Amino acid sequence: MLTLLFAIGLLVFSGIAALFAGRSPLISTVIGVSGALVSCVVGLVPAIRVLSLGTVESFRTVWQVPGGSFYVELDALSALFLIPILGVSAICVLYGGQYLQVYKNENKLGWAWLWVNLLIASMVLVVVARNAILFLVAWEIMSLSSYFLVTFQYYRKGVREAGWTYLIATQLGTAFLLVLFILLGESGGSLDFDHFMFTHGSWSGISANVLFVLAIIGFGTKAGFVPFHVWLPEAHPAAPSHVSAIMSGVMIKTGIYGLLRTLTFLGSPPEWWGWLLIGIGMTSGVLGVLYAIAQHDLKRLLAYHSVENIGIITLGIGIGVLGISIQSPQMIALGFAGGLLHVINHAFFKSLLFLGAGSIIHATGTAEVDRLGGLLKRMPWTGVTFLIGAVAISGLPPLNGFISEFLIYVGAFTGAIQKTTPLAPLIGVIASLALIGGLAAACFAKAFGISFLGEARSQHAANPHEVGWIMRSSMLLLAAGCLLIVIFSPRLIGMMSSPIAVITGLPTTSLLMELQPASDWLWTILQVVSIFLGLLGILATIRYLLLRRKQVELNVTWDCGYVQPSSGRMQYTASSFAQPITDLSRLFLGTSKTFIPPQGYFPEASSFHTDTPDWYRRHIYGYLFSGLCWLSSKLRWFQHGRVHLYILYIAVTLLLLLIWNLG
Amino acid sequence: MHSRIDIIFTLIILANLLLLSSSRLGTCINVAAIQGLLLAVLTLATRTDEPLIQTSILILSTIVLKSIVFPQLLQRAIRDSETRREMRPYVGYAQSIVVGMVVLALSLWLGSKLPLPNPTISPLALPVALFTILVGLFLIVSRRKAVSQVLGYLVMENGIYVFGVTMVHESTLFVELGVLLDVFVGVFIMGIMIFHISREFDHLDVDRLSTLKD
Amino acid sequence: MSIWLLVHPTLAFLAAPLLPGIINRTKAYFAGRDGQPLLQTYFDLAKLFRKGAVYSRTTTWLFRAGPILSLGAALMAVVLMPLGELPTVWSFQGDFILLVYLLAVGRFFTVMAALDTGSSFEGMGASREMQFSMLAEPVLLVGLAALARGTGCLTLSDIAANISWQAWSQYGEGLILIVVALMAVFLVENARIPIDDPNTHLELTMIHEVMVLDHGGPDLAYILYGSALKLWTLSVLLVNIMIPIHTDLLLLNVVVSLLGVLCWAVVVGVIESTMARLALIRIPQFLVGAGALSVLALILIKK
Repeated sequence: MLTLLFAIGLLVFSGIAALFAGRSPLISTVIGVSGALVSCVVGLVPAIRVLSLGTVESFRTVWQVPGGSFYVELDALSALFLIPILGVSAICVLYGGQYLQVYKNENKLGWAWLWVNLLIASMVLVVVARNAILFLVAWEIMSLSSYFLVTFQYYRKGVREAGWTYLIATQLGTAFLLVLFILLGESGGSLDFDHFMFTHGSWSGISANVLFVLAIIGFGTKAGFVPFHVWLPEAHPAAPSHVSAIMSGVMIKTGIYGLLRTLTFLGSPPEWWGWLLIGIGMTSGVLGVLYAIAQHDLKRLLAYHSVENIGIITLGIGIGVLGISIQSPQMIALGFAGGLLHVINHAFFKSLLFLGAGSIIHATGTAEVDRLGGLLKRMPWTGVTFLIGAVAISGLPPLNGFISEFLIYVGAFTGAIQKTTPLAPLIGVIASLALIGGLAAACFAKAFGISFLGEARSQHAANPHEVGWIMRSSMLLLAAGCLLIVIFSPRLIGMMSSPIAVITGLPTTSLLMELQPASDWLWTILQVVSIFLGLLGILATIRYLLLRRKQVELNVTWDCGYVQPSSGRMQYTASSFAQPITDLSRLFLGTSKTFIPPQGYFPEASSFHTDTPDWYRRHIYGYLFSGLCWLSSKLRWFQHGRVHLYILYIAVTLLLLLIWNLG
Repeated sequence: MHSRIDIIFTLIILANLLLLSSSRLGTCINVAAIQGLLLAVLTLATRTDEPLIQTSILILSTIVLKSIVFPQLLQRAIRDSETRREMRPYVGYAQSIVVGMVVLALSLWLGSKLPLPNPTISPLALPVALFTILVGLFLIVSRRKAVSQVLGYLVMENGIYVFGVTMVHESTLFVELGVLLDVFVGVFIMGIMIFHISREFDHLDVDRLSTLKD
Repeated sequence: MSIWLLVHPTLAFLAAPLLPGIINRTKAYFAGRDGQPLLQTYFDLAKLFRKGAVYSRTTTWLFRAGPILSLGAALMAVVLMPLGELPTVWSFQGDFILLVYLLAVGRFFTVMAALDTGSSFEGMGASREMQFSMLAEPVLLVGLAALARGTGCLTLSDIAANISWQAWSQYGEGLILIVVALMAVFLVENARIPIDDPNTHLELTMIHEVMVLDHGGPDLAYILYGSALKLWTLSVLLVNIMIPIHTDLLLLNVVVSLLGVLCWAVVVGVIESTMARLALIRIPQFLVGAGALSVLALILIKK
């Protein structure tokens, strides 16, 4: 435990040191990056130890804050979340070290490193904190430091607006958490988490339900459940890419962590919690990927995919919770294991994809998919790693996305063949997972195919350069992580038993027994996959041998015999690729089209443009906030600038309070 | 016994799905006619313990009205007004099927919550009745042509019929015949109206009737 | 026992190219033509394997990897699919999920190879392929879930072994719905007529064929063989449901199932001859309808 605290301290210290070394961008970067790397490696040691042994380490000391105590504890659930928090963040920071050098003249890099290191430190603190005050303080530091990172390019108007959206969303979420913890603390008698747990039996049904809904809203805002997801597609494109990678791959998972931790306080869940979670997972998953497919900006697209993947994780958790309420140990084990594994998987491939998008921006100066094309030839490293990320996120074998989705699927299928389970949510899980899988594959066929394959569609993409070796190697590390998770998945699945034991309160040994068959299936999958890869080698060799003595020519792509060689602009674009699907789902998307058709015999200007703004942002939050503005403008007469009347207000308030208190 | 009735219910569900997914009005009318026949078969299968004369009156009137008279009336209406297809429905066909599945899930859930008065008949009875009623409502709400709306009305009545045949035990005959009479008058009047509207306005789009106000 | 493991893969690898031949002969018969020889696909493969290749300058290594990946995935899918009671090399809970996703891998890389050419036609085909397969995948998985619920098993071998005449008499209406839904998936996945016309000659109207316009030589041979194998795999799945033969004689069962697969090819030929191609915008509706059927099957099979 002390090792972890040391890592947190080192993170904060190196961040401050980087700030003070801010005069020289290079030194500041070196301090910031090396501090973060060392502390992440140091911090991973206790995390892996706890996760593999299933032990609990804690540390407690007094803290001079009312209701607060410095009480931290590292159990298996925290340790599981520490792995992406420390492991993936470290790699992203490494990438950022080189990525940020472009901005060294416009920005003060010292601040950027302070906020990054504080963000990582606060995320660590969030998952180990066992006191509500400590948790909320860490939560706020996490929100604020990420806010400052989002507004890194504060001199751009769009970035400032995105920052505002993020700040307001995250503060609203925290407000719900505040209520949640006050209610918990009031009945537990203390704000320490262990007191919450001792009150297991004392929750009456209604209040547990209220607490659960509060947690869904509060933590769901951070995690990005639809309809609380509106900040994601704004904040992620605005932030520098390595920060988007950390925020999307790692930070939003703290919302999932908070939800799971709250579940441990609330005792055994009623059946409708499982239904609700599965419903949220379905809507977030399907709508997330549908919105993603309609986007033109690569980072916005990836941000919506985070909503989708949070949906998949929630589906897993939902199956687990449903399993608890109908007492199906298989569903508990498979659902939670799939969900938790997807937390780690998503951290790896989503960060990888954001770093890839960062490399594209670095090389071409744009993230508009329709302006790119043919990048694979010029940027082979970025291309291959992005492809690995794309295959992984589409849930295709042989990469890690498939493993976790497979577990969730089997969890749903085992439920579906039992007699007593409610069928509707499970049909929903199976159908929506399959739909999400197909849509994600379509979306990444678009994202990768249009930007990396074919010919360049604009000058931006015509002459890109491959990024530097530090950025390249951090992407390679994440891609390797995706592969390693697959190889070790039969072992990893066993390690999930102790975090699930923390969530459900079931004994680890029985969970291990439930997960043992899953581990066997994964071994078989590994066999199939390795034979598949071997087969690919054989097929490639056969093809090579067949073509060895034959004539192999290079020519143009088949273009119906046009004399003019087709330029890059004649290719299919991302918008046209996605059009059948966006048209099909126009009921949910509300894509607007502006079309100026070519006119006359010699048509000159014509244009076509589609735009898919977020329906929830415009129709729910738009009206909500304009309503609030209207309401507060009605109160403006109250604020008139006469000081003596203000003093009167204070006096009257005090008097009323006194009367209320005495009366 | 159970599985035989379940097959009828399945076919009724399938007919509803077909109604949701087909754009051809002629097909829709035929499907509704077949659904009427299915109702007659359902009556035969469930009403084994009642006087033969009552059952046969019910069955006969069902077949005559639902499978012969109404479809003929509507076929004539679309022939006279030359509307073969529902052109631009408010909700597309693929989406309609999705809505249909959601409604089916909802009615199954409602069916499992509401207590069944007669436990011997299949557990599908109540969900199917609700589903059919809701599909009828949905057709009325989501389609543009007057003929489709009349069809929706018919389908809704079919749902009520399923409900009546499987749930109500006393004096079903009179209740059912009363409802049938109502529907008959309704369809008849609407048939005349459709004919006149199409003669006056050259189209049957219901949303454009709003121009008739004041 | 172990020799039985290899029977179905071997048969499939050898006999799969026969299926397109049978379908084409049936179509030719209905059109009043003689049609190509039954073994035409074998001749095509032999010819293509002997040829060289022409590549577009636009393409990268992905274009060359596409056919390899799609054939590899199809080969693995065949190995995972049991024929009747014949055991498979690998059988585990949820193996059908792996099978469905292996087919998805093949499709994903075919689409990648198509986009790699930079051709508008192939982009269009790729886009359509992704749209229809995204709708077909839920139908397939929910249909399989209904089968799993009916039989109470989660492996393809057990499902195939547990569908019997008795199962048909118990929940026959559900099985019929599943068969119809899976038939729709079969037609979509194999680019068959109401969805896609494998013999069309206009790039704008194609879906699957247009994606492989630029492939030639051994690459095209891989693709042809891969799609024949995919046709075989999904036919076997359907035949396993429709002809659940479980006598004591394993050899007899295998022979009957095999004949069933060949007859199924004839049925597909008949379907293709008697149906018109659907308009492209009708296909999603067709698939959503199939999805509704498979969900209905899952609900009806009470077990």
